Amino acid sequence: MVWGWIPRNTTLIVGALGTHVVLALIPVLVGLVIAVPLGWLASRVPALRAIFIPTASVLYTIPSLAVFIVLPAILGTQILDPLNVVVALTIYTVALLVRSVADALGAVPALIVAAATAMGYRPGRRFVSVELPLAVPVLIAGLRVAAVSNISLVSVGALIGVGGLGQLFTEGYQRDFPTEILTGIVLTVLLALVIDGILVVVGRFATPWARAGAST
Amino acid sequence: MIEFRGVTKRFGDGTVAVDGLDLVVESGRVTVFVGPSGCGKTTSLRMINRMIEPSEGTVTVDGRDVMSGDAADLRRGIGYVIQQAGLFPHKTIQDNIATVPLLLGWSKARARARAQELMEIVGLGQEMAKRYPAQLSGGQQQRVGVARALAADPPVLLMDEPFSAVDPVVRESLQEELLRLQGELGKTIVFVTHDIDEAVKLGDKVAVFRTGGHLAQYAEPAELLSRPADGFVDGFVGRDRGYFRLGFLEDEPPLGPLTPVRVGDIAHGGWSLVVDPENRPLGWVTGEGVVAEADIVPGGTLHVVGSGSLRSALDAALSSPAGHGVAVDAEGRLVGSISADDVLAAITAAREAA
Repeated sequence: MVWGWIPRNTTLIVGALGTHVVLALIPVLVGLVIAVPLGWLASRVPALRAIFIPTASVLYTIPSLAVFIVLPAILGTQILDPLNVVVALTIYTVALLVRSVADALGAVPALIVAAATAMGYRPGRRFVSVELPLAVPVLIAGLRVAAVSNISLVSVGALIGVGGLGQLFTEGYQRDFPTEILTGIVLTVLLALVIDGILVVVGRFATPWARAGAST
Repeated sequence: MIEFRGVTKRFGDGTVAVDGLDLVVESGRVTVFVGPSGCGKTTSLRMINRMIEPSEGTVTVDGRDVMSGDAADLRRGIGYVIQQAGLFPHKTIQDNIATVPLLLGWSKARARARAQELMEIVGLGQEMAKRYPAQLSGGQQQRVGVARALAADPPVLLMDEPFSAVDPVVRESLQEELLRLQGELGKTIVFVTHDIDEAVKLGDKVAVFRTGGHLAQYAEPAELLSRPADGFVDGFVGRDRGYFRLGFLEDEPPLGPLTPVRVGDIAHGGWSLVVDPENRPLGWVTGEGVVAEADIVPGGTLHVVGSGSLRSALDAALSSPAGHGVAVDAEGRLVGSISADDVLAAITAAREAA
């Protein structure tokens, strides 16, 4: 371990970390926005669920490296374009979250949905103010898996030359310089822990009611 | 007034839940739909606010066909209390209650103020306003359910087995509360239950449904108990119906004398009624000697003279350990004793008078 390397290369390290965060989290946000309507459809229409859920599972099993390489041909992007990574990870996120959203919405008790309807909620407002909030705990669980999984998958992007902390692995390996590799690994793990922690906290703030029953 | 005219509901799988229902629900009264499961009582209720749409026939609320306008607008004008309260677990009590006012576009402040008012009306402390439903007992949740249904002051209140999930003691107090509320509010209430006791207790009129969605009898409770339309109603009303019917006889049996004792007095054997300094019954002691607080056994039910019925008088007589019941005035002070024989004589007299 060459400790002195770290302060001398803060720009490189911070830059890699920043890129990593952006590449990992933009797909989480975009994926969430896409997965909510798809999951809602899957929870409402059994036929669509029968299509979406297996498709999502299959998509998730495709190795990330293969997706990174195939996407440029499909999207017409350059092989080094970070967009490839963003799109690939968005697909994984959607694949993970469609199921979470569908299950979470499916788990909202029919009685409560019926009560909302009987109060005079129209379907759109009912979804936003009753069904979606009640789905948040399961949704947060899905988001945590997606975020951590993306943080680890972004590293793979380094193999095709896209930035991020994975760059520190490839460079360190090429230069036979373990300090750089270790820095990359430690920062990836820390990043995953921090993002996961933030999601847990966000989840707690978003669902004060979920703990209300336990505290009495 | 709610009117069902030739209403039939057939579900997609061919089952007929309601079959040719003709029924008029009177305004300002409590109408109870009662019957075994699968009799169409809940389906009928849910056709009033269009949660279920009729296959044939029309349902009108105050002359307007429920199918004619927008379903959500219709529902905002009809209070609904669902089974097990069905509160929104992620909303505080005050926000649950404010649901319909907010849907109607009231300001947040006005909706909250209304929620506070309703919490008072249904007997919930203001400290519960910011709590979540999971922090309340089943009985309290039901009160919130009723408050939520009343929030926008709808003329019609639909109650779908609202008290089925709470224990019998709480259910009884919720029923009393509902009758008290109804005395003040005078809503048109349609109440669904499978419990005939609840039906005759709450209903101004009771509609008994039979399996297959047929209306078997639609009558006032006293008539239902004394003149069941057919074998099905007879069987459903049950073997205790003679006893229930006493609840509708408001004659008073004659009262006998009863000399009570107080804690510290000397009892002279047998059963003695112990009263507090205000002359309110505390319970009974048996045997001779100084009356000690620890020896008091709880008495039976008390018959409140004037506000009771022959049923409460008979129950007081039968449930007392001493063999004669205790009659009290509206303030709970002892006025005399009741014997079962006198109650039976009063029943005979009432029957002859009828």
